[in-house]
Amino acid sequence: MNRKLSDRVGTAPALHQEEPKRNYLNTKKTDALWGAFFILPQMVGLIIFSLIPLIMAFAISMMNWDGFGEKTFAGFDNFVSQFKDEEFRTAIVNTLYYTVLTVPTGILLAMLVAVGLNKVKGKVIYRLIYFMPTITMSVAVAVVFMWLFNADFGLINLYLKEWFGIQGPKWLTDTRIVMPSIALLSIWMGLGTNMVLFLAGLQGISSSYYEAAQIDGATKWQQMRHITVPLLSPTTFFVTIMSIIGSFQVFDQSFVMTSGGPAKASYTIVFHIYETAFVDFTFGKSTASAVILFIMILTVTLFQMKMSKRWVHYEDQ
Amino acid sequence: MRTRKINPATIALHIVLIIGACIMAVPFVWMALSAMKDLSQVFIVPPQWIPKPFVWSNFKDSLTALPFGRAYFNSFYINIIVVLSQLITCSMAAYAFAKIRFPFREPIFVMFLATMMVPGQVTIIPLYLMMKNIGWLDSHLAIIVPASLLNAFGVFLLRQFFRGIPKEMEEAAIVDGAGRFTIYTRIMLPLIKPALSALGIFTFLGMWNSFFYPLIFLNTPEQFTVPMMLNLYRGMYATDWTLMMAGASIALIPVLIVYIIGQRYIIEGVTLSGIKG
Repeated sequence: MNRKLSDRVGTAPALHQEEPKRNYLNTKKTDALWGAFFILPQMVGLIIFSLIPLIMAFAISMMNWDGFGEKTFAGFDNFVSQFKDEEFRTAIVNTLYYTVLTVPTGILLAMLVAVGLNKVKGKVIYRLIYFMPTITMSVAVAVVFMWLFNADFGLINLYLKEWFGIQGPKWLTDTRIVMPSIALLSIWMGLGTNMVLFLAGLQGISSSYYEAAQIDGATKWQQMRHITVPLLSPTTFFVTIMSIIGSFQVFDQSFVMTSGGPAKASYTIVFHIYETAFVDFTFGKSTASAVILFIMILTVTLFQMKMSKRWVHYEDQ
Repeated sequence: MRTRKINPATIALHIVLIIGACIMAVPFVWMALSAMKDLSQVFIVPPQWIPKPFVWSNFKDSLTALPFGRAYFNSFYINIIVVLSQLITCSMAAYAFAKIRFPFREPIFVMFLATMMVPGQVTIIPLYLMMKNIGWLDSHLAIIVPASLLNAFGVFLLRQFFRGIPKEMEEAAIVDGAGRFTIYTRIMLPLIKPALSALGIFTFLGMWNSFFYPLIFLNTPEQFTVPMMLNLYRGMYATDWTLMMAGASIALIPVLIVYIIGQRYIIEGVTLSGIKG
């Protein structure tokens, strides 16, 4: 279809050649102007709302400043003091713990659901339901889960008692359970996005591989292990990186459900950035921890860029 | 392919998928049903699913307890302005990056991509200070203006679509004497309508659910957006579960409507954003 179209319009370049040279130069010059015109609004946004704040952030991270009074130069003191600060270390440990809890389980579940849904009847309806939590407001969902997780009147514990006779845990008020509970909510919320990405990845695998494997007598399990998993690896890799970056930025759920508690057990990096800035008004410290978060995300992203070329099987290689 | 024989493996798969679908849907069902219950019914063991009697007044009560109507209006008008502005500014930039040759095109585009890596928490304090200096704190401008003028992901998404349009379409129009602006409005935009819908829905959902920025920029309840108001509500009525569920239902309904209407575009959009990896 495309080829036919280009054949048909193939005479256009010849027409161009007949035009005088002046016109060509003119086009080049006006193109530069048009280019500038078209990118102008977003370019202004980029400079004012991203580049300048980014430079300011690095500057503020090296100051002692409450945002109102005097600024004094602090060098790398804020970074050093952050790593000595027990709250910041708690925030880092909690965030990494949350990453370990959510990312592998979330990805495995999403992959299983996608493989299950790929060829099934009623795929569209299943997909509609599985994707639903992804699009909903985290604050509203957190409010609903506050109740579901409630130790005394929550749906989960009531049914645990009713069906199994077990006294359920204090989901949101036990320091050991609160992070897994928040992770559970996040896995539930994030499943849809990852599943859709995996479904797209599965669409990209040619059915001829499976046909060939069937002729050779490969079992379903062997097909899964030797065809689906390796050929899905670009998607898996991408989903993993995006999930890690997302999990580094967890905030809404713990802010709404537990306020970082009990006893700072759900206190995360973004929570720390928020508290040091807008509760304690130590802008230097807050920005220093934000820069540390940025470096963590940058490391993961650069790792992705470097590794995706090496690890990943691409179908057309 | 199509056989009449019922495969036990297929049945097992459906059972597992249906259980999964229930887990995904139960919190919403519970929320919606509980929103219509009387508070006394909440504490009955085993849990009662069907409201008896139906208490419709929960919705009215939660709307009057706090200025939820105001929050709705705020969220809606902020969203409409941001979605429309982004569709214009992102598609303009995307068209230039895809189709016009201008100096430093590639490095500028790479810069756009690079900013997608910067987490919002890094720039939030400088933005807060900027907004304070120009007097936009506690004003919707602090939310509308940055969101309208910068969405690197939107630029990237639309550029992918513009690149898919064959060069000949544009060349033919140039030969016919059309200018850049005419080409952009009359030829290019209509061709990427699906992508524009996807971006519009994405932006709407992102803005509607956004909590971090409003939390920092807005102070007075009259200015609050829906998630902010719901959070305030949670603080005030933490034990009145039925009212809370009514509030959560009210906050979620527009999103669910948008989702059901646009689910094809939403899912396509997610897919597209993932393929770049």
